[in-house]
Amino acid sequence: MTDKSHDPNQMTGAAMIVRALIDHGVQHVFGYPGGAVLPIYDEIFQQSEVEHILVRHEQGAGHAAEGYARSTGKPGVVLVTSGPGATNMVTPLTDALMDSIPLVCITGQVPTHLIGNDAFQECDTVGITRPATKHNWLVRDVNDLARVLHEAFYVATTGRPGPVLVDVPKDVQFATGTYHPPRKSDVHVSYTPRVKGDATQIRKAVAMLANAKRPVIYSGGGVINSGPEASKLLRQLVEATGFPITSTLMGLGAYPASGPNWLGMLGMHGTYEANMTMHDCDVMLCVGARFDDRITGRVDAFSPGSKKIHIDIDPSSINKNIRVDVPIIGDAGNVLGDLLQVFKAEARKPDIKAWWQQIAQWRARNSLSYRKNNDIILPQYAIQRLFELTRGKDTYITTEVGQHQMWAAQFFGFEEPHRWMTSGGLGTMGYGLPAAVGVQVAHPDSLVIDIAGDASVQMTIQEMSTAVQFELPIKIFILNNQYMGMVRQWQQLLHGNRLSHSYSEALPDFVKLADAYGCVGLQATKPSDLDGAIKEMISIKRPVLFDCRVAALENCFPMIPSGKAHNEMLLPEEANDEATAKAFSGGKALV
Amino acid sequence: MNQPASAYFLEERHDPNETHTLSVLVQNEPGVLARVIGLFSGRGYNIESLTVSETESQKHLSRITIVTTGTPMVIQQIKHQLDRMIPVYRVVDMTLTGSSIERELAMVKVRGGGDHRVEALRLADAFRARVIDATTESFVFEITGNSSKISQFIDLMRPLGLVEVSRTGVAAITRGPEGM
Repeated sequence: MTDKSHDPNQMTGAAMIVRALIDHGVQHVFGYPGGAVLPIYDEIFQQSEVEHILVRHEQGAGHAAEGYARSTGKPGVVLVTSGPGATNMVTPLTDALMDSIPLVCITGQVPTHLIGNDAFQECDTVGITRPATKHNWLVRDVNDLARVLHEAFYVATTGRPGPVLVDVPKDVQFATGTYHPPRKSDVHVSYTPRVKGDATQIRKAVAMLANAKRPVIYSGGGVINSGPEASKLLRQLVEATGFPITSTLMGLGAYPASGPNWLGMLGMHGTYEANMTMHDCDVMLCVGARFDDRITGRVDAFSPGSKKIHIDIDPSSINKNIRVDVPIIGDAGNVLGDLLQVFKAEARKPDIKAWWQQIAQWRARNSLSYRKNNDIILPQYAIQRLFELTRGKDTYITTEVGQHQMWAAQFFGFEEPHRWMTSGGLGTMGYGLPAAVGVQVAHPDSLVIDIAGDASVQMTIQEMSTAVQFELPIKIFILNNQYMGMVRQWQQLLHGNRLSHSYSEALPDFVKLADAYGCVGLQATKPSDLDGAIKEMISIKRPVLFDCRVAALENCFPMIPSGKAHNEMLLPEEANDEATAKAFSGGKALV
Repeated sequence: MNQPASAYFLEERHDPNETHTLSVLVQNEPGVLARVIGLFSGRGYNIESLTVSETESQKHLSRITIVTTGTPMVIQQIKHQLDRMIPVYRVVDMTLTGSSIERELAMVKVRGGGDHRVEALRLADAFRARVIDATTESFVFEITGNSSKISQFIDLMRPLGLVEVSRTGVAAITRGPEGM
């Protein structure tokens, strides 16, 4: 600071931004410089408390920040320039909004006198990102900047977490004003998220749970977002009630996959036992999940005989898709704590032996089975081996989107929360590689693996260069079947096997590509090579691109066909041509 | 409330639509109206009428009155979605309070002469519409009331030489001593 004033809180807007990051405990920022953020980059250059991770594309910065946030519980911070910098952030912001990930994105903007003039690299950033953020701000006066930045962190991390964006014109970055550290009055007076659940509703819920004959707990990403305490309480509740538990894609790890009451994931590619338990239950306890269409299947046939309890911090999630009987608005961890206390004081473990016997029969269908093959690596087998060989290690998994993502969810067992980073709501191909970069920045000594597909990984492959520059030893485990597997699967099932543009004719040689980026390339083509290659990958302390050549035409089962109910699953051994054609008839228009 | 249709259910079954008037108290900050309108267009909700103006300039409070239609489940969603916006203080469903007053103002321009002119004046008097501008061949009437009264007046003016109408949209307030 060249300011001659003696007041240490007098500083430029750019300096305020860096100061606010420090005051909020931010250690890492993911970003990409450009004209409209140069004053901020100049401040970053002159300090050492905040480390800047330079990505190769702004979308990479956003997903890296998401991975960082999801694996730490802290907000991810992004700094990008105006215009294209901001528009490239739209995908990760929307992704974070759908999956409730706290992000604080700071964008540069053209100087205030040029706003609205179609200036170079100008765009209506707050207008474009309004539906992609939980809230956003354009700061026109440097004296508003400190308050807005503190408010931004508060809004991103409280209530239902989500992405926020602060757009700062370049003249505001240069202007001098008064900074103040975070204080209570910085919070928007109209923003008061509810944390504690209503005691009467909790009592009602406990009474229903205590009298259940066929109960199920269905947990989601809200339990992870609430923090490690919520997962602990969820486990205690399962223990105290003896109930079976399933989870959404976003909720994996809240209850350990090795736990005795675990049914596996539910939904479109969930296990038979999880979906049948949901369909036939008499009491459903939904914690921090939102009954989205990948979970419910056909809504008018969704769990028709059950009373439903729904714990969610967002009132707009209640009764949005499925009508529930006992809504409880509040933070998952907070409500679970109260619920557990009341249950222990007033209820006894109900006798549900008959229900468990029924579940055992469903489990015996072994819905994740696949035929073994000694010549070709099956993708399911590859994930299973990856899981076995990383067991006991300090491992974080990210994924891209598609078949590999579902196989990872089905075959990789998560024991702890915050270990699984995937794009659930938006389904963003290209999420996993930059997310792994973010996770590795937060956990430099851990084993961070992106389970990828050959198509998805190419969407953000340039971030390998980031991993090399910052010595982040991420492992990109590509299940390479040369197809956009999930697109092809839907074309096979719903579009008469016309494989329109789902085959990658000209894939790069991933091993050579790794070499070009200055990281390590590995390949496995036979099941007998797989274990050795995976062990080698784990032992290498540098970024690795692992080209795992898998069976080209394998499809992801079990599956609830579009428009069908939970009890109309198609199991792998039943998926012959005739059964498949019948199961998928009439669902073409659906997603 | 019945379970609505979804992406997985093509034969849509609808509950009957209801019309509700919502009062929304918001922080009057830049973009707040865009947020509210964006919510309605982005999620496919209907806006029948929308009125907005600052009501307490000291506290920077604005009041938005929205008339919307939808199934009971959609109306409930709209209220929750509005309520969770950061600059929104309160959302009150005036239709559910059961005792709200709704008013709209319209200015109605009518052109004509002879019997039509006399008839227009007579009807305006019956509807308690005021003449706020007159020429030898036209009137502008100002009429206040609920929306259906205004629509009725406009329909009556049509054969008498209706030129154009400017309506404010609905403003609403509850009866009795309590505020929202």
